[in-house]
Formats: sequence, C-alpha cells, structure tokens
Amino acid sequence: MNSSVITFPGSNCDRDMDVALKKFGFKNKMVWHNDIEIPKSDLVVLPGGFSYGDYLRCGSIASKSKIMQSVINFAKGGGKVMGICNGFQILVESGLLPGVLLRNKNLEFICKNVFVKVNNKDNLYFKNLKRNTLEFHIAHNEGNYFCSNEQIKVIDSNNQIALYYSDVNGNINENTNPNGSIKNIAGIFNKEKNILGMMPHPERMIDPALSGEDGSIFFENLINNLK
Amino acid sequence: MKISVIITLKKDVLDPQGKVIHQTLNGMGFENINEIRQGKYFQIDTNENDKKKAEEKVEDMCNKLLANLVIEDYKIIESQ
Repeated sequence: MNSSVITFPGSNCDRDMDVALKKFGFKNKMVWHNDIEIPKSDLVVLPGGFSYGDYLRCGSIASKSKIMQSVINFAKGGGKVMGICNGFQILVESGLLPGVLLRNKNLEFICKNVFVKVNNKDNLYFKNLKRNTLEFHIAHNEGNYFCSNEQIKVIDSNNQIALYYSDVNGNINENTNPNGSIKNIAGIFNKEKNILGMMPHPERMIDPALSGEDGSIFFENLINNLK
Repeated sequence: MKISVIITLKKDVLDPQGKVIHQTLNGMGFENINEIRQGKYFQIDTNENDKKKAEEKVEDMCNKLLANLVIEDYKIIESQ
C-alpha cells in the first residue's frame, strides 16, 4: 500500500505520521506543498501542525497551495484522503468537507487524551474495527466544529459523522465535549466516505511505551481494509 | 484604488473572543454594553483604477480566500 504525507510550511506532525504509516506497512512518501502532482497513492494524509502559522484562518492558506489541486482531483476521483487536526482544517477550507473549525469554546489550547466513539463503520476507515471507542490525543486551539443547522441535518442524514467525543464507554454528552463542537463531533466524512477529517491524532498512539496503542488498532485495521 | 473590506462573523456564529472582551470591558467599568463582536479589516491597494472593476476583484478575493462564507460575511466599506 502506497501512501503520501503532504508537508506544508509549519506542518509538525508530518514525520510522526510517516513513522506511523511505515510501522503498519505503508510505503510512505513525503510530498512538498509546492509539488504539482502527488505520487501514485492508496492514501493521502494531510498532517497536523500550524501550516502558514495559522494566518488568516487555520488551514486557509495551505488549502490554496499548489499540491492541493492534485489532492482535490485525487479525492474527487474517489481517492482516500485523511486530514488530521490542521489537515482537517485544510480539508474544510478547501471545500472537500463541509463546515468549519472555530476557536475552542473555552478559548484555551487543549492538549490531552480523549475518547472518541466511532459512529459509522460502513467505510474503509473503520470497517471491521473491533472497538467502538478509541483513546486518541488532541492538541488544538481551533477544533470547535461548526456548520449551519441545515448543513448538520444533511451531514446527519448522510451518516457523515465519523467520530464523537465521548467517555470510555461511548457516552456522548456535554461533559465529554472538550471544545464546544456541534453534537460532540470529532471527525466527519464527505458524502462518499472516501475523505475523513478528524481533530484527534491517531499517530500519537502507536507505542505503548510512550502513549497508548489505540492508534495502532486504527492503522492496522486501515491498512487491512485498503488491501 | 484602495479598497477597504471588513469581515464579520455571521449573526448565529458564537464569538467567544468578543464575549471575553465584553466581560473585560465590563470589569473595567464600561457599562451598558449589549454585545461585542470581533471582526477583521483588510486594506487592499490595487493598480485597478476603475472603481467597479476593483470592487468586483475584491469581492472575488473575499469569496475565494479572505472570508469563509460558512461563518463570515464581508462588506466593502470604502473605495478611493
């Protein structure tokens, strides 16, 4: 399985993602934002970080970089594109995913482990996943998912909600919502489910000595689904 | 021409920064404030001398980059 991780100026989770993808069997290539074409890939990842110093709006400048036209064409042709944290912000700014990520409700940068509940397993990202909740790490200032009332109805009816912030048992309520996101949304798909954006970082949970193993469960399952 | 644009959050979008500024001003003794909404201001200096054309170009910039129309509105407030 071939994967590509795009590096933007200010990306800082690109190498963590490279390590994670390789650990679970992907042949990964790093791709610079100024390149025109992404290499042949089964999965393209937009990593976390602070592309362009979060100028204007998080992800807005990166969403107009040269490589993005190729990523957009790849995604519109059904290619698998996953955006983590800043990568999620880039996906909404590029119009590949609906909605927007606002400043956290409490105005604080949040850096902690959270549990997420998988809402939809009818897709290549979560199909056959043995767990219903996963412990991931979040580290963001703008992770408060927002969209209009009409849009959230469409997202809901198309089953586009991928992950909810929850507790360890999958309970979703105000107490398990770290940033004010509508409906506790931590990640969403496009309508066709080939594009996934999420604020939590699975690549930070791939080593039991350092963090945890729930990211390993996610990546192992993902590569098996893509094979 | 110099075109000035303001970008504001749409009415139903929560503005936590505006809220904190409001509370702080209250704490400083400024009373009778109903609400504070924070926005952005851009001054765009262009070589285009035709006012209509320059404004159209700026509107295009707002639609494509300067504003995110999911949460923001823009308004050209001055062209000279």
